[in-house]
Order: sequence, then structure tokens, then C-alpha cells
Amino acid sequence: MTLLRAALTSLALLTPVAATSAEDQVTTFTLDNGMQVVVVEDHRAPVVQHMLWYRAGSADEPKGSSGVAHFLEHLLFKATDKMEAGEFSSVVAANGGRDNAFTSYDYTAYYQRVAADRLELMMSMEADRMRNIRLTEKNIETERDVIIEERNQRTENSPRALFSEQMNAVQYHNHRYGVPIIGWMHEMETLDMDDALSFYEIYYSPNNTILVVSGDVEPEDVRTLAEKHYGVIPANPDLPTRLRTEEPPQTAERRLMFRDPRVSQEYVARSYLAQERDAGAQQEAAALTFLSEILGGGTTSYLTEKLQFDTQTVVFSGAFYRGTSLDDTTFDVIVVPSPGVSLQEAEDAMNAALDQFMIDGVDPEQLERLKMQLRAEQIYARDNVDGIAQRYGSGLTSGLTVEDIQAWPDVLDAVTGEDIMAAAKRVFNREASVTGWLMKEEGANQ
Amino acid sequence: MRVLSILVAAMLLALPARAEVKIEEVVSPGGITAWLVQEPSIPFMALEVRFRGGASLDRDGKRGAINLMTGLLEEGAGDLDSRGFSKAVEGLAASFGYSVGPDRLSVSGRFLTENRDEAIALLRASLIEPRFDQADIDRVREQVLTGIRSGLKDPDTIADAAFAELSYGDHPYGSNLDGTLDSVAALTRDDIVNAHGDVLNKERLYVGAVGDITPEELGTLLDTLLGDLPQKGGTMPGRTDMMAPGGVTVIDFNTPQSVAVFGQKGIKQSDPDFFAATLLNQILGGGSFESRLMEEVREKRGLTYGVYSALAPRDLAESYVGRVASANERIGEAIDVIRDEWVKAAENGVTAEELKNAKTYMTGAYPLRFDGNGPIAKIMVGMQMIGLPIDYIATRNDKVEAVTLEDVKRVAAELLKPESLHFVVVGKPVGVENTTDN
Repeated sequence: MTLLRAALTSLALLTPVAATSAEDQVTTFTLDNGMQVVVVEDHRAPVVQHMLWYRAGSADEPKGSSGVAHFLEHLLFKATDKMEAGEFSSVVAANGGRDNAFTSYDYTAYYQRVAADRLELMMSMEADRMRNIRLTEKNIETERDVIIEERNQRTENSPRALFSEQMNAVQYHNHRYGVPIIGWMHEMETLDMDDALSFYEIYYSPNNTILVVSGDVEPEDVRTLAEKHYGVIPANPDLPTRLRTEEPPQTAERRLMFRDPRVSQEYVARSYLAQERDAGAQQEAAALTFLSEILGGGTTSYLTEKLQFDTQTVVFSGAFYRGTSLDDTTFDVIVVPSPGVSLQEAEDAMNAALDQFMIDGVDPEQLERLKMQLRAEQIYARDNVDGIAQRYGSGLTSGLTVEDIQAWPDVLDAVTGEDIMAAAKRVFNREASVTGWLMKEEGANQ
Repeated sequence: MRVLSILVAAMLLALPARAEVKIEEVVSPGGITAWLVQEPSIPFMALEVRFRGGASLDRDGKRGAINLMTGLLEEGAGDLDSRGFSKAVEGLAASFGYSVGPDRLSVSGRFLTENRDEAIALLRASLIEPRFDQADIDRVREQVLTGIRSGLKDPDTIADAAFAELSYGDHPYGSNLDGTLDSVAALTRDDIVNAHGDVLNKERLYVGAVGDITPEELGTLLDTLLGDLPQKGGTMPGRTDMMAPGGVTVIDFNTPQSVAVFGQKGIKQSDPDFFAATLLNQILGGGSFESRLMEEVREKRGLTYGVYSALAPRDLAESYVGRVASANERIGEAIDVIRDEWVKAAENGVTAEELKNAKTYMTGAYPLRFDGNGPIAKIMVGMQMIGLPIDYIATRNDKVEAVTLEDVKRVAAELLKPESLHFVVVGKPVGVENTTDN
């Protein structure tokens, strides 16, 4: 259920006992300079999380500079006019807090978790580095080595990660989602001061951000502090619209084989181009969210039943869909063959199971169990305000509105079995798919 | 992400908590003890149940039996088969997690107030009357074997396995609790049943509960859930010592980035100097960006994405371990820098400024990890398992503050043994020599 949980904000009341919903904890407003603010209240512990989300990620990078969004994220921990390199994190730690940052295709986000009475200090430092970073050539050289080691660690040392990178590159003909977030190694090696500062100048401004504060805070206090520290930064009038190159119609099924001597367990992966959650139109994404759970969400899922219980063709099967995305996303299916089963046999079995599912349709009892879990999630979510913060940050940077995020549970709850089958029919289009075999060097395991 | 947390090591005593957490001890009518924090504002509860011993109770020649048994607890119980059990849990919107480590088997439950009795009945069945059907054993065994085979070609897993063996030899701590391809392939249903009886029992049981439940209700719940467990379990292995000699072990593996795991003897959790050692480690390699190792290896030289160290006190032995990964051409320099930092800290201790910052961090971070019912339940069980008093939370920061610069200097000189530091390096490291016969 992980995927559904991640996709949720709040839901219709489950029982009269649940007098408040997660949504009641949320307040949103916008500063005069265009900065959007989301406050998620939880007064049970004197802790606050301060996050700043930029509507800028790797898919916004210029051609030839892959990895610069993530590189810049690292460089924001260097000096500003007011602070020395490394001082930001030192100050957070000296206040008993933790800080970090992350970059994705559609966003870059910075956050600190700290005692609630240190919120203003966090805001003043975060506002400072939105406009005032001061980089040296030495910073660039050293930190470039660090991100190269990061790529080594995450990707070069992992055949699965390298395989997944190739799958993505083949899935997208014309969209930046085909380029890895961390960057291609040969382009990372050439990233320089100009690349980083140029990205910074274009995208780092208050009218391109969402501030999300969660924890032991009052919305009015957050507004006062935000106006004081962020409100004084002028909007960037030249902020470009996020225009991205779009996919042409995909008309050719693609297949790839990736071989690496470090592979121990071979497997088959397939990705289909899939619609994401769109502002005001989330029904298809809601149906696909259920589809992934029904097909590959765990022990009771359809693929598991067909491929692991009815037959022992595979040792693992799964289906994945990440609906929160600015542009077209993917729906992924994976099968890991049992010993003695070839990749071709595993793929044939996967295809047969998907075909049979299109005949069998959705089991109403399974759908009812999933909806029960969605309704319960309204209760569990209130115990994790940082999770709610994450959903607003990622949603608002991925083209959704506050209303879309708040409507999402109801949109999910309204999905029918027919909706799911119709979405399945549309998404399982082999012409818009990539099928990959991750293989040992010597060839298929026949 | 700027920092990938690689070491989630056992720093149990550094568990922070907010002072206003009100823990009460509940003893059920049947005599089972639990720690409880009442939190009625959200209609659900989190329950953490742990059994000391964990996978270290594997019998001779049966390595991996307890791990496989743990994986089977959710695969059918009572009159429900594997899928029947999962469907029942889903229908209640409950979630149960089962995991095992070297020192404990953990069961983490989360369920709504409105169907708590049904959820507890299911959880009880999984603990007391798991089915261990042969088909499920074979299916889950195949998943475990797949994981073991993958580990044999994963540089991190290779490094961990070699380091564990060098450190602890034939003791259970010296091998992967998953078992080997041979040992797992040979496990029978009887082995699984024995593993269940060896681990799940009342004498090594610890419970924490947080949420919408009263002490009286919890007492009844405990007897229903756990009352039918046997009193005694299998024989615990004895204490051991970390015995890796100083030096370097290179394991040839064709990959662009070398992974190094390093370590030496550690310090007991119950040692009066444990807080001083924790502060020392915070300064040396425990912090995220501020540690000396991160400053020297990453920030100044760009040799790695992350370098970390952590005290690893277990129930039966203690080590002090760390990890770094650098391109094959650069790992040698990273290792030299780490050794130098070990020497410097051993000889000179830390500065007053460093100690002050580390204390501010440790005490200030105290409330931050109490972020939800589940985490609080886990922390309370951890406290019980290392014998901390129920009022520990209120006194913990004072203990941190009481550590002096002289304490840290003395502990650094006693604890840090640069000549005993052993590095296991997996990759094609350039200019790094093997000092052992392997």
C-alpha cells in the first residue's frame, strides 16, 4: 500500500470518532511576491519542519548540462554574503537540528527539522541563500568530485540502476525525463560555475517557490515570519514558463538487453508511458494508482497470485505507478524469474497474466479492501505531518493546485472497477512501451 | 540528496525524546509488562513487540532458519492461508511488520481503534499459530536465496560479510543472518518450527504501545496477544570479542568505485563512558556534515559522497565501525585521511568548541525523533532492552551535559586504536595493499 499512501492527503470521514481530518491541519496562502505557503499543524511535539521547494528540477535543465539542478543543490551549502561555506549546516546542527536537500525531475527542495522556536533562524538562512550564494572555483572543483562519487555510489556501482537509466532513456524520445536526475557522467564532468549560476539566476526566486512548514506552528506566525524574511525578496519578472519538449506519439515498441557481469539475479522490466495527475483532471491517474496496487501491490495482488501462487514462475512480481509528475510518467511492471525459468518464459507468463487480467477484470472485494485502506489512511496520516508536507510540496511543484491535492482522496474514492479497466486498456499500449532484460554477461539463463 | 544515510547503526543510547512524554508501566493480569504512552487524539495505536536474541539463536548448521521463519510469520496462520491472512489484514486497514536482526526479532503493528480486537486476533494468530505450510516455505525460501545470490555480487554486502567474519568468526555475529545458499536450501519445516520456538517466548519479551488505548485495555490486549507464548526459548550464545586485527583486506571486485568498511573494538552501552564515547564519535564521524571525517574526506578533498562512523554496541559484543566509498583511484587517499583523523583524535582529543557543538546537537536533537506513535513505541522498547529506567528521558540531557573535555580526551585515548583499525576494501583499489592472508 506504500504507493497509495504516498498519493494521499486526506479522505472522507471514516467514523464519527474521527472529528478532524488531515486536511483540517492545513492552511495555505500566498505572499505578495508570489511565494506560495503551506502550513501543516501538529502541536503534539515542539518540533517544526521547514521546507522550501523550487519549481525547478533536472527536467528543466538546458541541454548538455545534465545534473546541474542537483549540482546546484549541493552548492547551496557553500558560502553566501553572510555565511561561510558549510556554516548553514553547522548552525542547524548547533541548534540541535538536521538539514538536507533533494532534487527530482520536477523540483529541488531544501529542509530542516528543528525545535519549533528556531523556525525564524531557519527562514532567515534559507531566504539568504535564495539570492546570495558566493561560489569559488575551488568549491566547483571539489563539489563536482563529490557528485561524481555520488553517481559512482548510486549508479555506476549498481547494474540495476544502470539498467533503469537505460530503460528511461529509451522510454522518452523527446522529454527530459529520459535523462537521469544526477546527470550523465560525461556532462557532469564538464559542469562549471557558469552552468550552476545560470540555473540559479533563472529559477531561484520567491515566485518560483513553495514554502511548506509543518509541526508545532500557528499559520499566522508563519505568515508574519515569512513576510519578514521571504516577503522582502522581489519576484523575478523574467521567470520563464516551464515549457518542456513534449513526447511525439510513440508508435514503436522498444526492447533492450542490458548485460553486466555484476548481475546475479536476472529480471524483466516493462515500462509503459502513462498519464500523470493533471490539474483538474486526476481521474485517469487515480484509476492507474489502483491498477498498480491491484496488479502488483503485494501478496494479494493479481500478478502475485498468477505467477507466484498458481504457478511458481517468478520469485517476485510488482507494478509501480508514480502519478505525481509534471509531464507524462510511466507505469512499470517487473517480474523476477524463478530458478530454471528463462527471461523469455517469465516475460511470456507476465504477458499472459496481463492478458488474462483484461478478461477477468477487477475483483470487487479487492477494490473494497483498497478503499478501506484509503479511508483509514486519513487517520494514520494525521500522525505524520511531515508526510502531508511532502505531498503538498511535490504536488504543487508538479503542476497541481491546492484544490487538486485536497480533492485527490475523493477522486480516488470515486474510482470504479470499470474506470480501472478502461485505464488499463489505454495504458497497456505496447507501442508506447519499453521491455528490458537485465542479464548476466554470458546471456540469458537458459 | 546531499547526504545518503548509510549507517543506521545501533546508537541506542542516543535515542532522544521529549521531556513531556509520559510513559507508564502496565502489567497485564497474566503478568506481561509493557510501557505505554496514551495518545487518544488519533483513533489508532502503534504496538512494538520484540524478542531478544533474534537471529543469533540460530542452531548449529541452521544459519538462516530464524530469518526464514520471520519471513513466514505473515504467510498464513490459524485457519487462514497466506493470501487469506493478507486479505484479512488489508480488510481491517491494519499493518503488521516482522523483521529480525542479530539481537532481536521485531513485530511492529498499527491498527485502528474501531477494529482493534479483530486486528489483535490476526496478529496473535501470526505469532502463536503460524502455519508454515510447505508451499509457503519453499516460495519464501526462493526469495531469500535470490537475495543471498544478489548479495554475493554486491560490493556493500561483500564488504559487510567479510568484515563481520574477520570481527566475529564462528560466533553468530560473524555471518550474515540470511544464511548461505547451502544452509538455506537445506532447511526443513522442522527447522522452521524449532526456530519459532527458540525465539518467540515470554522470558525475552519487550513491549511498547502508543496511542488510543487505556492501561486496562492494554492489559487485556497483552494477555490475548501474547499470553499463550511459551515461557522459555532456545539457548543464547555467549559473549564474544571483536577480534579483527589492524590492517587491510582487499577483495577484488570489478566495479568503478571501491567500498570500504572499517572498524575496531567498541564500548559497551552500559559503560560509564558511553556518553563521552558517543560525543567523541559525533565529532569524529557521526555527524552528517559537521564531522571531522566529512570535513576532511568530502568537503576539503571531494574524495567521497559520504563517510561515516558509528558505535555499534550489541548485546554480546561491541565494535566501532565506519564506511566510505571512493573511486578506485582515490580510495587509498580516503583511507589514509581516515587513519590520520583516528590518530589525531586519539592523541589530542577534541576541542572545547567541538564538544560544545556536539552537546548542543545531541541535546537539541532530543525531541526530533519522537515524530509519531510508531517511532515512540520503538524507542520505548529500545529503552527497556538496554535496561534504562522508565524516567530516563527526563535525565538524559543532564548526562550528556555532564561529560567534560577531559572525559572525551581520556576516552579518545583509551578507545581509539589507529593500529587496530581494520579496513575491508571491495573493488579495484589502486595502491592499496592487502596486509592479511586471504
